[in-house]
Amino acid sequence: MKIKLLFFGIATDLVGENSIFYELKSAASLLNLKKELMLNYPKLKNIKDFAIAVNEEYAEDDLVLKENDVVAIIPPVSGG
Amino acid sequence: MKNTAVLITSKKLNTQDCYDFVQDASCGGIALFVGTVRNSTKNKAVTLLDFSAYEPMALKEMQKIADLALAKFQIHKIAIHHAVGELQIGDIPVIIAVSSAHRKAAFEACEFAIDTLKETVPIWKKEHFKDGEVWVNSHP
Repeated sequence: MKIKLLFFGIATDLVGENSIFYELKSAASLLNLKKELMLNYPKLKNIKDFAIAVNEEYAEDDLVLKENDVVAIIPPVSGG
Repeated sequence: MKNTAVLITSKKLNTQDCYDFVQDASCGGIALFVGTVRNSTKNKAVTLLDFSAYEPMALKEMQKIADLALAKFQIHKIAIHHAVGELQIGDIPVIIAVSSAHRKAAFEACEFAIDTLKETVPIWKKEHFKDGEVWVNSHP
């Protein structure tokens, strides 16, 4: 299943990309995606913590992804 | 009539725009919070800040804060403006303006809005120093 990944802040610097198309191999929960990402992009471990947004809304680990979802890696925010 | 105004811009923020949006004859006061770029962090001199945003989502989250503030406090109008791009010392990254019939609600809503923005809105700042740079809050 193909999804689009977006990286922001420190995640952009660590991964070296703003956005990529990603082929998700395991069952389509957000938790599985997180596990795959940590294997494929081990540098993400250098972020203190990150949230994930799916289609511009914060999402929890049990969310089931769909084809063409836009999944954003959200490092700790620091606006204001 | 729209009672909320949210904006993300790479242009210079304007306090008068926010003030003018919330000002109303029914209101007895306006609370205005203006964030400004400080010249140091943890005793280290800052040269500039670089703000970036996940803009469509950040606007949605800012709108949620504005709507929630309207629902939660007895206020009339709220404006939340945030800047992106490179900001120099003294520049304004964020403005929150709130009008209300009575001052307490405006103060409370203003504090609620900036506190929540700092927790939920996907905007990031990179601090630049003479000898390097760091993403705020992001390092282990």
